[in-house]
Amino acid sequence: MPTITVTRDVLYEKLGRSYTNEEFEDECFDFGIELDDVVEENSVTKFKIDIPANRYDLLCVEGLARSLNVFRQRCGVPKFIVKEATERIVIDESVSCVRPYCVAAILRNIKFTEEVYNSFILLQDKLHQNIGRERSLVSIGTHDLDTIQGPFKYQALPPQDIRFHPLNQSSVMSAPEMFELFRQTYLKPYLQILDGCPVYPLITDANGVVLSLPPIINGEHSKITLNTQNVLIEVTAKDREKCKIVLDTICTMFSEHCADKYTCEAVEIVAMSTGNKSTTPKMAYRTENCSAKQMCMKSGITDLSPGNVADLLTRMHLPSKADGDMVSVEVGPTRHDILHQCDIEEDIAIAYGFNNIPKQIPNLYTIGTEQEVNKLTDSVREEVARAGFTEVLTFSLCSRDDISNSLRIPKAIDKAVLIANPKTFEFQVVRTLLLPGILKTVSCNRKMPLPLKIFEIGDVVLKNEDEETGCKNYRQVCALYCGKTSGFEVVHGLLDRLMMALNEENYSIQQSSDPMFFSGRGADVIHGNKKIGHMGILHPEVLENFDIVLPCSILEIDLGPLV
Amino acid sequence: WDTIMIGKQWYQRRVRGRIFLDMGFTEMPTNRYVENGFWNFDALFQPQQHPARDAHDTFFISDPQMTAKSNLPADYVERVKLTHEKGGHGSMGYNYDWKIEEAQKNILRTHTTAVSAKMLYQLGQQKEFTPTKLFSIDRVFRNETLDATHLAEFHQIEGVVADRNLTLGHLIGVLSAFFKKLGLEKLKFKPAYNPYTEPSMEIFSYHPGLKKWVEIGNSGMFRPEMLLPMGIPSDVNVIAWGLSLERPTMIKYGINNIRELIGPKVNLNMVQENPICRLDKV
Repeated sequence: MPTITVTRDVLYEKLGRSYTNEEFEDECFDFGIELDDVVEENSVTKFKIDIPANRYDLLCVEGLARSLNVFRQRCGVPKFIVKEATERIVIDESVSCVRPYCVAAILRNIKFTEEVYNSFILLQDKLHQNIGRERSLVSIGTHDLDTIQGPFKYQALPPQDIRFHPLNQSSVMSAPEMFELFRQTYLKPYLQILDGCPVYPLITDANGVVLSLPPIINGEHSKITLNTQNVLIEVTAKDREKCKIVLDTICTMFSEHCADKYTCEAVEIVAMSTGNKSTTPKMAYRTENCSAKQMCMKSGITDLSPGNVADLLTRMHLPSKADGDMVSVEVGPTRHDILHQCDIEEDIAIAYGFNNIPKQIPNLYTIGTEQEVNKLTDSVREEVARAGFTEVLTFSLCSRDDISNSLRIPKAIDKAVLIANPKTFEFQVVRTLLLPGILKTVSCNRKMPLPLKIFEIGDVVLKNEDEETGCKNYRQVCALYCGKTSGFEVVHGLLDRLMMALNEENYSIQQSSDPMFFSGRGADVIHGNKKIGHMGILHPEVLENFDIVLPCSILEIDLGPLV
Repeated sequence: WDTIMIGKQWYQRRVRGRIFLDMGFTEMPTNRYVENGFWNFDALFQPQQHPARDAHDTFFISDPQMTAKSNLPADYVERVKLTHEKGGHGSMGYNYDWKIEEAQKNILRTHTTAVSAKMLYQLGQQKEFTPTKLFSIDRVFRNETLDATHLAEFHQIEGVVADRNLTLGHLIGVLSAFFKKLGLEKLKFKPAYNPYTEPSMEIFSYHPGLKKWVEIGNSGMFRPEMLLPMGIPSDVNVIAWGLSLERPTMIKYGINNIRELIGPKVNLNMVQENPICRLDKV
């Protein structure tokens, strides 16, 4: 969930009133956002507000204040105007293999104060982080239009052919030099987006000045200052829908600072390879016609007229009009989150207030049932606990050694499911046995009085080609006795007791040479004709690997065949 | 009796299972830790470029890396692809290129909603729709940064009700009944966002000890884009809710570090000395 930082007093000024923190928290709660934290930065109070991930129109103070004002009926929903294009960007086909899409817009006669400028930067950061997926999918460049000259060109060139004066640097450098310089800075992750590409994308103007090198950095030449009056916004992307959304968002949010409020100027986009011409931003409006009755039904709201519904939707930034039962809802360029009628229905319920909706109990008669394996698990749990064992709950993820080398069974790793991206070696594999978790628990609980009797019932995972994913869960029980003597007879007795309680006669034990156990003191547990588990006195090397100093006997069996 | 030691966690788990069974819910088969992207994300209408599908939030499996294409229902996969790319069923869709390879990737499930999706798909394949109530309580995995209250694996509780003409009012009603059995009666609902539910509500309860409203769960109605490709009739609504097992247990027992509740470092002395918990005492 994205979090934005807004200056409290700027927000309250836009809202036309101030609140106590509690009052503002309540306002946020009903609207669906959350005041996460209140901080002091340079003795200025700032709010950290959590915003739903699909609301790009709330990612800056301009959008947030506007929506809250519309919600509180202090103002109407602005209508955005796109003026005819006077500038053009030509897209060369060299970008199609690296970053194919480019859209742009111009904001004319904009007034930047320091607050507005900071908000402008912050919005770009948020869009980069979220919908831009850390700039890999979408990145934004903003430029002082009066310092450059169109028409502009978007192309990709071999790195060594690019010479560029990056923002805040003192001189022009080649792209490889720039990459070397930035490899030690916060820009490093963005450099990786272009790793391995034979050509790097760049935007240049009619005089060959490089505006920006997406997704890395803008140029010093065209940088925005507080004196900038006309802004060129270019958005380059690997995803055609997302770059449209990003451009619409910046224009709808910041055009409120233009002399012609809520107006932006289009830019013509020409694809060199096809000659195809279009203009951006799209700033599309569409009208959805929905039945008020149908929309309210899903929310369980029964006391709203279509006129009421239209009013509530207008307050949610979806200007609407009622005509009989039908409501025509205008969905504009700030509401890219509206994909389906259910999104509109939710907004009605939010404006009505979730906590005002009357409770109903579904008139549905069903009989509850449990999964058989879970019923069996509960029975086994009772029996083992009754025999004096304490239950533990350990992790399903462990290291490779935990289930193989440390247990003296190196081959066991072959049947294990391996994790591709573990942050530490504790997450390398999914456990194939419950035993390692139990042994770690013994090791961490040395101060417990002896004998220590513990058990766990849970799932392990083994590779299995017959399953959809190639992996299967097995429900197993593992019990351990640790004391001054080995306690083999205790775990054997537990097995017999368990089988008797489950009314299973068809089992036997057979001596095995399993290297996990003391020579001659290990056995397979056989049920029907198959091995379902093992038990025995653990080999001293195994104990040493888990940092245990006293003898232990264990029993571990698969409960699946007993279900 | 003093030799009977029952782990706090398992008692809480069984106790919650009891609540669902009392309310007539059927348990889902969740003994399946490894899932593929298709059931965990795509079938739920969660887009492929969504941040939750990142390597830093989800555990990907390196072996076996992918689910075979032939193991996924081909017709349904096509319908899901179309819905993501172009919408349909009254939706605008996401307008991006959906890739089967992303859906085939094996992961450790990030929520038990993956199982709910499969169950609802099977429900949609039935000749005649029958209303149903389902639940599950099982382990899920998140590749997040670890701290005092976050682990890589924890337990999720999930409830699902599918019936004709269910409304948000029914969801609020069911939640009120469910949480009342846990001793939580003062509830407040907040608008939230989930990629696969709309509307979505976060559930808050007033904690008299902490003297503040605490989030106790998440809920919503599954989106039509998710249900209609499954073959669920259009007048059927599916409400669902979920919460973690660990968090309310930690709040109830005043535990600050989740490692005191799960894992090898749990102090066995604490487990042994623990009184049996009473369900309705907060």
